[in-house]
Amino acid sequence: MPALIVQDVSIRYITGDFKSIGLKEYFMLKLKGKYRVTEFWADKDITFSLEKGDMLGIIGKNGAGKSTLLKAVTGIMEPTRGTIRRKGTIAALLELASGFDRDLTVRENTYLRGAMLGYTRKFMDEQYNNIIAFAELEEFQDRPFKQLSSGMKSRLAFSIACLVNPDILILDEVLSVGDGAFKEKSAARMKSILASGVTGILVSHSIGQVRDLCNKVLWLDRGCQVGFSGDVQRYCDAYCEYLLTKRLPKTEEEISKLAKAWETRQKKSENSKKRPGKTNS
Amino acid sequence: MNLSVFAKNKLQQLKKHQFLFEELVRRDFKQKYKRTVLGMGWSILSPLLTLLVMKLVFTYFFGRTIAHYTTYLFCGNLLFSYFMESTNGGMNSLLGNAAIFTKVNVPKYLFLFSKNVSSFINFMLVMLVFFVFVYFDNISFSPRFFMLLYPVGCLVVFNLGVGMILSALFVFFRDIKYLYDVFARLLMYCSAIFYKVPAKYEMYYLLNPVYVYIKYFRTIVLEGQIPSVEYHLLCMFYAVLMFGIGVWMYRHYNQRFLYYV
Repeated sequence: MPALIVQDVSIRYITGDFKSIGLKEYFMLKLKGKYRVTEFWADKDITFSLEKGDMLGIIGKNGAGKSTLLKAVTGIMEPTRGTIRRKGTIAALLELASGFDRDLTVRENTYLRGAMLGYTRKFMDEQYNNIIAFAELEEFQDRPFKQLSSGMKSRLAFSIACLVNPDILILDEVLSVGDGAFKEKSAARMKSILASGVTGILVSHSIGQVRDLCNKVLWLDRGCQVGFSGDVQRYCDAYCEYLLTKRLPKTEEEISKLAKAWETRQKKSENSKKRPGKTNS
Repeated sequence: MNLSVFAKNKLQQLKKHQFLFEELVRRDFKQKYKRTVLGMGWSILSPLLTLLVMKLVFTYFFGRTIAHYTTYLFCGNLLFSYFMESTNGGMNSLLGNAAIFTKVNVPKYLFLFSKNVSSFINFMLVMLVFFVFVYFDNISFSPRFFMLLYPVGCLVVFNLGVGMILSALFVFFRDIKYLYDVFARLLMYCSAIFYKVPAKYEMYYLLNPVYVYIKYFRTIVLEGQIPSVEYHLLCMFYAVLMFGIGVWMYRHYNQRFLYYV
């Protein structure tokens, strides 16, 4: 049985004037008939499934519905239509540095974050020293969190989060953080997690990462599913070509055509510039 | 049968999130007393100061006709200040934790409940002081006092309900904060904290749940009687009603909260 099945999932999203307006404005807008709430489908009829150990890359421009889809997969949002079936535990590493409390100490924040990620107290007691050591924050343990630099904050966030051991792991643009040495260290840790046979979903704006890490790819555009395939290189080629020409493929053949076009383009630029073409854009 | 399955699921859910719950309680405590010299001392001192002020101001007007006036005042203050602290603190519990529940899949009531733990502990501390006052006011203790657990339990549930309603509304309209301030002031004057309700208006006062709980305390402590069965049902009714509305709102708006924050 697949580890994750997403079947015809559609998610309706509302946006408009209701956000952070007061009662006065609400009634004024209502009276004038200018109160606007727009509903739109953030995701429409998305279907894919992952086997255990698969690594899915989700590609698409901003507003394609990637983050909303991930929220539905983690269970934060319920899909308006369709079903999502997951096997085992699921953990998401989304926008790491937010959600800490400024006034608590580093130690307290570490425990709080661990609790949010679903760790047990026993696990945190065991791992606490490792986390601090990995984040290189030994001298800051009892300082208020607000005294940390932003680099330190994301280092701590990563160090706590990378201990997750879920069946399904979701990564939203968080493959590595920090500067120089820490970036290498965190990238290595991430690689070892991914190599452990976890089923993963990766959202990244770096096509290169998707090419390197993923064996399946899902292409979204304005909430619609352009395609889902195991042919990662072809899809990535087509996506790069699409980014240049802005022609959205409708069928599998068009995707192949786009991929071909990208290859020729790459070869041309190789020949003309006499240097190896970049594979990521 | 369905109810027992539901309760069992909820219990399992709570157990699963116990660690997070404990850490949230710890955080709420820290946030509350940060940068105060006296720390938790304030939670005892501030109701005592309020009591002192009221005693000084109102003894002249009402103190001469009400026996054990200090205890009478304290009953009102004790319950009303718990109600205020719990609901005011609870109001921000959803919005203030938006960064968490939009990123991690946790039940949203955890935030309100953890906030309520700290106000409940405060309430218990002040209640201890209350009994010291009762002792010095020459009121003898009796086993009857154990009945006070009943209105306390009802009030906890009632506060959770009101807290859920307010925190949900606060997500949609920030004005609720100011409206609630005004409403709370009105409620305070209608809770007969420092005066006695004339018998012919008693009926209307019973529409105010906070007054109902205060009166229960006074009946037990000052009048030495146990309220009627109907009165117990009334206490329960308000608690269940508010809690029910609160649960309904959390369930109904569970998804919509995400759009607003």
